[in-house]
Amino acid sequence: MADGTAALAQTGAARSAAGPRRGGLHRMMRRQSTTAFLLCLPLLALVLGLMIFPAFYAGWLAMLNKSMERFVGLGNFTFLFRRETFWNVVWQSCIFAITAVFFKALIGFILAHLVHVLPAKGQRKWRGMLLVPWVMPLAIGTLAWWWLLDPSYSAFNWVIRAAGGENIAWLGDTFWARFSVILVNVWYGAPFFMIMYLAALKSVPEQLYEAAAIDGANAWQKLWHITLPMMRNIISITVLFSLIVTFANFDIVRILTNGGPRDTTHIFATYSFALGIGSGDIPLGAAVSLFMFPILGVFAIFILRGVRRRADAMG
Amino acid sequence: MAEVSLRKVVKLFDGGVQAVRGIDLDIADHEFVVLVGPSGCGKSTTLRMIAGLEEVSDGEIWIGGEMVNDIPPKDRDIAMVFQNYALYPHMTVFENMAFGLKLRHFPKDEIKRRVDRAAAILSIGELLERKPKALSGGQRQRVAMGRAIVRDPKVFLFDEPLSNLDAKLRVQMRTEIKKVHQAVKTTTIYVTHDQVEAMTLADRVVVMNHGVIEQVGPPNELYHHPATIFVAGFIGSPAMNFIPARLSNGAGALRIELGQGLSLPVPADRTARYAPHRNKKLLFGIRPEHLTETTRTDKQNLAPITVELDVIEPMGMETLVHFRIEGTPVCARVDPAAGAQAGQPMTLAAHMDQMHLIDADTGKVL
Ligand SMILES: Nc1ncnc2c1ncn2[C@@H]1O[C@H](COP(=O)(O)OP(=O)(O)O)[C@@H](O)[C@H]1O
Ligand SMILES: [Mg+2]
Repeated sequence: MADGTAALAQTGAARSAAGPRRGGLHRMMRRQSTTAFLLCLPLLALVLGLMIFPAFYAGWLAMLNKSMERFVGLGNFTFLFRRETFWNVVWQSCIFAITAVFFKALIGFILAHLVHVLPAKGQRKWRGMLLVPWVMPLAIGTLAWWWLLDPSYSAFNWVIRAAGGENIAWLGDTFWARFSVILVNVWYGAPFFMIMYLAALKSVPEQLYEAAAIDGANAWQKLWHITLPMMRNIISITVLFSLIVTFANFDIVRILTNGGPRDTTHIFATYSFALGIGSGDIPLGAAVSLFMFPILGVFAIFILRGVRRRADAMG
Repeated sequence: MAEVSLRKVVKLFDGGVQAVRGIDLDIADHEFVVLVGPSGCGKSTTLRMIAGLEEVSDGEIWIGGEMVNDIPPKDRDIAMVFQNYALYPHMTVFENMAFGLKLRHFPKDEIKRRVDRAAAILSIGELLERKPKALSGGQRQRVAMGRAIVRDPKVFLFDEPLSNLDAKLRVQMRTEIKKVHQAVKTTTIYVTHDQVEAMTLADRVVVMNHGVIEQVGPPNELYHHPATIFVAGFIGSPAMNFIPARLSNGAGALRIELGQGLSLPVPADRTARYAPHRNKKLLFGIRPEHLTETTRTDKQNLAPITVELDVIEPMGMETLVHFRIEGTPVCARVDPAAGAQAGQPMTLAAHMDQMHLIDADTGKVL
């Protein structure tokens, strides 16, 4: 890395010594930082146009009244703070994201180990099959689940009845509805964790396990003292990104329960949509969506700080 | 500490590669044994079977009077140093060395005492709080050895531990390893492809080739009395010269005919030994250090040969000269002051008491 930049700088210097000077622009182009900035410009423009601007625009919207004619300052926020439903959404978003990510990571980790110990021949087949939920369009997958959980045609209930049990109102009962949206999210997200952890597992040098075996470690001790520490960064990063994506999830709740029963499965994105588009109060919806920023920001800072520290130490 | 025995040990890998083909070896307590041989001859596989990292396909391995074939590595009480160190990157040097003791539930102060002692032996006391990433190759090597020493195991296993170091450091660490063994005296099995390492470190050297043992013996014995053409050519640098030869009966005494009119007398004490092989295809084996300038000594059994030199390589303390006998390249080591010149004829002395005669068909040294 350092060698590369040094070499670049050298050729740059050689060229400027050899060639005649051709105006300020040319000189600026020769400066690496300028070139780097120009090369990044398209991306910066994209980020600015599609992320920064909408974020500020949402901030502006959130301070208007329902008909978007009058500036109301923090009025929408104080209104939200007084609504019990809003606090339910905050609570449900956290439960949804944390539980789903926990199980996605856990199941992904276990699956990764199972696939990892398979003989090389069978491995590709299993890896491919286990990835299906993740590559399938989420809306279609969720529709299939909706059909499995549907009150009248539920395939699960059919099995339960056949086994002599009682019907479960999968999407009508608060607990089971919350369970169901998390279940579908785990089903959808676990393969991604599996593939990330499988790659990480394969990158742990086999000799570390051999050294540990000779040092006296059993299988659990190898997992605890070698595998987990070696995978800590990838676990942190996948958990962080999955938390963000899961927090901002929309499709599953929208299709499966649409926030019901009685708004108990709403999360930020679906609640924001329900208020803004569903009830036509766009400023209020924007205000809800803004709450995701500080929460995710805190997650990101903590996890990325840990990652950097460990990366420095281990290299 | 313990003795180690291999009984007809065989390793057959999936896919049919027979990496080790029936090895018998007895290693005494406190002994330093080096397995040496060319790459792919099955040294590592043998070592890894002793460690328990590879299953034994057939035969038995005994450590300290116990058959360990079915005992997992963690219960064999051995320590191993790997070629690329295999230090745990997320642990400090101290934690790396303490890991094996921690898993065996040693008390904290005992762990500290042992690590400090090993660190003192290896002079890595100041590095204990560092992570492996912040160490040089030589320091990592020391830590890997420290990790083995603190355990005070029955057997040390080394798999090419110096191969990743530069030449100078390698010589230094070689001495270090010898010092450590003199200090702790643990039975040691050391694998290398470098015959110099084998010769300098070993109490006994085991020369392997194609999954079998060619010869076992103290370094000097292998050097002076190789049993096969493989051992003769493998031990020593530059390698021994092998020149096609015949035996002839000239004037009542046995002589070695090399072609080009070169004929050398067989030393009197070997006449009886060589006489029965008169009609075989033979190879005359002689080390470069036993082909010297004629003026060096007035020892007995020097036979003069005159050859035309192709290439000379001055090394400082000696000069290597290369020439051909009947097309076979031959190397000799002469004194720099002997005035060797490329393209010029030179008369060399063959030290016939150091010669070997090899059966070209069986590869056995006669
Ligand atoms: N896991 C394995 N599977 C199949 N063949 C192997 C395996 N490990 C080593 N071999 C083969 O066994 C032979 C001996 O290998 P090894 O013991 O590593 O040699 P070396 O003497 O260089 O250490 C080689 O031919 C190698 O290709
Ligand atoms: Mg090897």
